[in-house]
Amino acid sequence: MFIGPRNLHSCGRTTPQITESKVCIPNCRLSELGIRAAMAAETICRTLRDGVLEGELAAALTIKDSSTSPHGFQVFSYVLSRLSSSILASKSQSRAIVIVSFTRNPCFYLEFLKRRELDVVSSHQWIGILDCYTDPLGWRDRLDNFKEISRDSSVLVHVYKEVKDIDKLHLSILELGKRLVGQGKMRFTVAIDSASEMLRHASVSKVAGLVSNLRSHEQISSIFWLLHLDLHEVGVASSLEYVSSMVASTEPSSQVDVNRERADLESPSLREQNFGEGKLHVRFKRRNGRVRILTEEFHIEQSGIHFVSLSSDTGNLSQSLLLKVQFSLQLSEKERAERAKVLLPFEHQGNGKPIQIYDGRRSLPENRDEETLTSTNISARKDDNRSGEIIYYRDSDDEMPDSDEDPDDDLDI
Amino acid sequence: MDYRNSNLLDEALGLEDEECGLRGKVIAIQDCVETSGAFVFHQLIKRLLVPNSSNAVVFLAFSRPFSHYDRILRKLGCNLAAQRDDGRFLFFDMLRLQYPDKNEDKSSEDWLVAVFRKILQIVRAFPQNNKNYITIMIDDISLIEVAVHGSSGLVLDFLHYCQTLTSEFGCSLVTLNHADIYSSVENCAFLLQMEYLADVLVKIEPLVTGLAADVHGQLTVLNRGVSDGKGNLKTKTPNFRFKVKENVVEYFYPGSRT
Repeated sequence: MFIGPRNLHSCGRTTPQITESKVCIPNCRLSELGIRAAMAAETICRTLRDGVLEGELAAALTIKDSSTSPHGFQVFSYVLSRLSSSILASKSQSRAIVIVSFTRNPCFYLEFLKRRELDVVSSHQWIGILDCYTDPLGWRDRLDNFKEISRDSSVLVHVYKEVKDIDKLHLSILELGKRLVGQGKMRFTVAIDSASEMLRHASVSKVAGLVSNLRSHEQISSIFWLLHLDLHEVGVASSLEYVSSMVASTEPSSQVDVNRERADLESPSLREQNFGEGKLHVRFKRRNGRVRILTEEFHIEQSGIHFVSLSSDTGNLSQSLLLKVQFSLQLSEKERAERAKVLLPFEHQGNGKPIQIYDGRRSLPENRDEETLTSTNISARKDDNRSGEIIYYRDSDDEMPDSDEDPDDDLDI
Repeated sequence: MDYRNSNLLDEALGLEDEECGLRGKVIAIQDCVETSGAFVFHQLIKRLLVPNSSNAVVFLAFSRPFSHYDRILRKLGCNLAAQRDDGRFLFFDMLRLQYPDKNEDKSSEDWLVAVFRKILQIVRAFPQNNKNYITIMIDDISLIEVAVHGSSGLVLDFLHYCQTLTSEFGCSLVTLNHADIYSSVENCAFLLQMEYLADVLVKIEPLVTGLAADVHGQLTVLNRGVSDGKGNLKTKTPNFRFKVKENVVEYFYPGSRT
């Protein structure tokens, strides 16, 4: 009989730091790290749809990506379309959405929503776009013959020309939202397509202040924004994450060594793979401060981003990690067969007697006379002439080998 | 457009697709000191200005005079002077323009606004149906930064405004920049900003093994949003070698030559 290594369920108590866990404990299953293969994208859409909880600030989501997995905008578009369909079906707390567009022409959003078969020109106005893309600094305004681009008048589009003035931007967002839902108790959602672009024009404190002010406004149901992580210092991203209740980050499906990340991505095949798929990690912060992590795989298709549950196949995880080391950590079939043949020192060596292994349930004095199942020591005779004897003692009586306690008991599933 | 002589670069850039080509796209070319990416610019100009096409090029030259490009393109079989006279090659010699005064706060921004105004006026002057045949080319970005006294934020603002023309009129924007200038940690954000801005990223680098007589460097094209015909949106990242000859550039895959 083989007494295996310590039960890996102890990993369930580890603080879920995804990258570190993967590197340090390659054989751990993701579920054992508290990372559940669940509908991560679905959950963030549902949370944003439900909006403000009683006595709380508006739900806020940071979507962050990096150049190694630049799919943040696809996630942003997905959330936008899901939330828009909820608004149109009156299933959402918010009744309208204000898109603050920094990186895309407003026409892009209208076309995108139309492609999703969402009625952007419905009888009631539910979408407004604050256009910070066309003329963010008023350069076009300075040109004598500047003409504002004509758009579909049924959609509320307001060109904003002073992106450096965050206070004014705050007022403009609220003004646009109120034009959509009125002054009453109706709420609206704010979607900012690039917090990175905002941070290019204004300080972190100003941008974080804007988000906080929007979150605490009584007419705002939820807010979400996109951030390109590698354009900013760690502190900048953290300050925006502090003012959000959810953080969704895209990561390459092929994990590479953190220190060699850029170099590894020079490999065209790896780049191609990472640009077509990836993983979405979502971190939820609960009211009581508890953190929950969901993770999901996604594939980029022409019709958009598609999420699939993460397979918790340990083999795949180990495989992806093993590719990155220069020596072989895997066993061949032959090696595996040879390992199986090895007799461990505490195993009965085949003298014809019944196998006696201490199971930790009885103490030494009780079973000294018993010749049956238990013993405080395991005697293993190598041969009949008693040339050697191996004595095994348990490390501690405190640890029971088969505890009934669920190590994942504290996880919120 | 003549597609009979398409090469690996044309294929990677999607120039084989007559309907779309570069239209509405931002193409960022990054080179380094060891391997200049100027030849990609020359190849693109030649490609765009083939006879019987409706393409037009608006060229902002910060690094070299017209005579330089004219001489090179002539060897490639394209008469730039004639194209300029026909109004298909609009050359702006930025070297001759007076750069903004460093002591005045607003002058750098005003200078860039004036440059953008010129581009906008040209684009607007084109017939409505031909606006999406315009390609704006900038050689090179690092020298704009020099012109505006190192304000990379202003350069990004300028590029943003140029990008708005791609979505508004369907024109394309091609920029050349030097990756090694931004290799320090503080400056790499600028290069990343360019990468986020671009639809197609072309990287020209030397071989890892060093200089070789028959291979002058390698080229990686990161083309986002290429449809594979099965409903999937793929990102293609072909990597191939090149050799710049007097009248032509040869492209080939690693190991395909003896």
